[in-house]
Amino acid sequence: MATYSDPPAETFRLSQLINDTRYRSYTFQIVALIALFALFGYLLSNLLQNLAEAGLNISFGFLGEPAGYDINQTLIDYNSQATHLRASIVGVLNTLLVAILGCILATIIGVIVGVLRLSPNWLIRKIMSVYVEIFRNVPVLIWILIIYFVMTAVMPSARSYLGEDPDINLFLGMFAFTNRGVYIPAPMFEPAGWVVLGIFIASVVGVFLYRRYATKLLYDTGKLLPMGWPSLAILIVPTLLAFFALGQPITLDLPDPLANRFNLQGGMTILGSFVALWLALSIYTAAFIAENVRAGILAISKGQAEAAASLGLRPRRIMNLVILPQALRVIIPPVISQYLNLTKNSSLAIAVGYMDLTGTLGGITLNQTGRAIECVLLLMLFYLTISLTISAVMNAYNNAVKLKER
Amino acid sequence: MKKSVFLGALTVAGLTAGAAAAATLDDVKARGKLNCGVTTGLVGFAAPDANGNWEGFDVGVCRAVAAAVLGDPTAVEFVPTTGKTRFTALASGEIDMLARNTTWTFSRDVDLKFEFTGINYYDGQGFMVPKALGVSSAKELDGATVCIQTGTTTELNLADFFRVNNISYEPVPIETNAEAQPLYLEGACDVYTTDASGLAATRAAFENPGDHVILPEIISKEPLGPLVRHGDNEWGDVVRWTLNALIAAEELGVTSANIDELSKGTNNPEINRMLGTAGTLGEMLGLDADWAMRAIKAGGNYGELFEKHIGENTPIGLARGLNAQWTDGGLMYSPPFR
Repeated sequence: MATYSDPPAETFRLSQLINDTRYRSYTFQIVALIALFALFGYLLSNLLQNLAEAGLNISFGFLGEPAGYDINQTLIDYNSQATHLRASIVGVLNTLLVAILGCILATIIGVIVGVLRLSPNWLIRKIMSVYVEIFRNVPVLIWILIIYFVMTAVMPSARSYLGEDPDINLFLGMFAFTNRGVYIPAPMFEPAGWVVLGIFIASVVGVFLYRRYATKLLYDTGKLLPMGWPSLAILIVPTLLAFFALGQPITLDLPDPLANRFNLQGGMTILGSFVALWLALSIYTAAFIAENVRAGILAISKGQAEAAASLGLRPRRIMNLVILPQALRVIIPPVISQYLNLTKNSSLAIAVGYMDLTGTLGGITLNQTGRAIECVLLLMLFYLTISLTISAVMNAYNNAVKLKER
Repeated sequence: MKKSVFLGALTVAGLTAGAAAAATLDDVKARGKLNCGVTTGLVGFAAPDANGNWEGFDVGVCRAVAAAVLGDPTAVEFVPTTGKTRFTALASGEIDMLARNTTWTFSRDVDLKFEFTGINYYDGQGFMVPKALGVSSAKELDGATVCIQTGTTTELNLADFFRVNNISYEPVPIETNAEAQPLYLEGACDVYTTDASGLAATRAAFENPGDHVILPEIISKEPLGPLVRHGDNEWGDVVRWTLNALIAAEELGVTSANIDELSKGTNNPEINRMLGTAGTLGEMLGLDADWAMRAIKAGGNYGELFEKHIGENTPIGLARGLNAQWTDGGLMYSPPFR
């Protein structure tokens, strides 16, 4: 009969940290972590010591001082006496403007091109491949410069529109396309004008509600309400009625070719640099998005399309109702990173003189104040925040459309 | 997230680490080459010629310093810098000195920790417009679109000028002079503004320089000069006195043509001290006795450099004006070599 004694008491010996597989990995991880911290600590102390030796200090006080320079596109009130902080905010808004509009346009072009790359039509398919390959394989900075310089060289000078008897008349009497940008009429709101705007926004909401109601009615009762003309009516009629009833409170401020000898005055200017940057970022990123869309569509088994076809759906409806909704969960994750790329690429704006955040805070402010470290840290913080925000929003959307497993 | 902040800090730390190295003179001697920051190309001041050799007024200062320190005016590595990159390049130690029509201002001298070693060109900001616009004064520029080089003092002067005169304008920021030219010529901006010397240099490169006028208003003081890092006074002295030697040489009548003869000894004690035949000025600088002679021989004295690169007989065609010797009514005035 065998006697069982208690297993020997676990005594922890130091050598186990290396020899015992249970502890070994922890040992190495802790050592690596300490080394990492030591490295960063060394770099940081090196930086601080060098700054101290050079007699510099880290201070963000410069943000409160007057900037002293002007900016050509300001979405908020700004003049050269405003602070560096305000100049930075102007830059932030300009970055966001081009990034958001760029993402929208890139998505539209990208989806169309991606779908067309799978078209049964040989010519369209090949043209789209050429588009994708050309735009994907040339650096975006080159595209920005090409578009800007071609626009500057090809478009007429603003001066051709000026004077009593100009070389070129305003298009429809209100638009001018020049190498400085596009001049368009600006809406001028009298107080009652805001009411009209409010009614218009309410109408847009109304259209959505009507369409939702119609869909629900269709699913519940099978009764099909007309969609097209009621939507249009809801959108336009109340706004028009309000507009005339309130005595046309919104007027247009037209570009004026007679104001002076340099420029069209009045109206609204869409800067050439903005257009060039926006187009270049959009078509460049669209080429990548097109590939993501194509990959997403190809990931859907062919049987889905065939099954839909056997039910009698037309090709467009197969794409819209069957393929794309399923493809979205493959498409969205890579598209998120394209949005991030577009946003970050917008920092190339200074190449064409568009004053985004890199141009204001990271450009002129940095130069005039010499606060390189502070400005670069703020820039990094901004781009990091904005990228993480885009990721969060898009991930939320991805969760909403992904395959629900119940 | 933390990592990227630190990596950025690492880069900056690397940059500033260079700045801590103090003995630039020894570094330059050991390297056998002077790293000199210049513009990316401004005809007359610093631009590569057809053979790729850098030439110009600012380049002349670099070559004079190289000749004084290393004995060879060609031992210069020219580092092209933009208005934005120049200060970082100097602060990081990538270049030993910056000779890039840089305006001496209080904040650059004091806050950015640089040392201006003198003034080699007294300039002021001006405006260039096409003749066809019929503008005769900068005060008529209300509503104009103005091309400016970004990262320079001109941006601030421009904002101040238009604000003080209560007129409006639209700025088009441009990174380099080369980018500004096509934009201005194609009418994307009505006005090009920078230092008056730069305007003259730019206009000289146009196909029809006569179609453009430089307006009479000079809206700022722009004393341009070479600069070095703050805190390395030995090196600062070398650059400062090399420039002074060029200026003093013109005043004293020492030219690249007669310097060989004068360096044998003259009866003007100041020339003798400067050229090293009397006294030990070179030794005090940490150089040999012939330093100033080599600097002047490299491209000639201040007046010779001026006439050769930007003077009235060049396409740039600048008059001496404020940059004449003080004896001729200008502001060029070297402290004595004593």
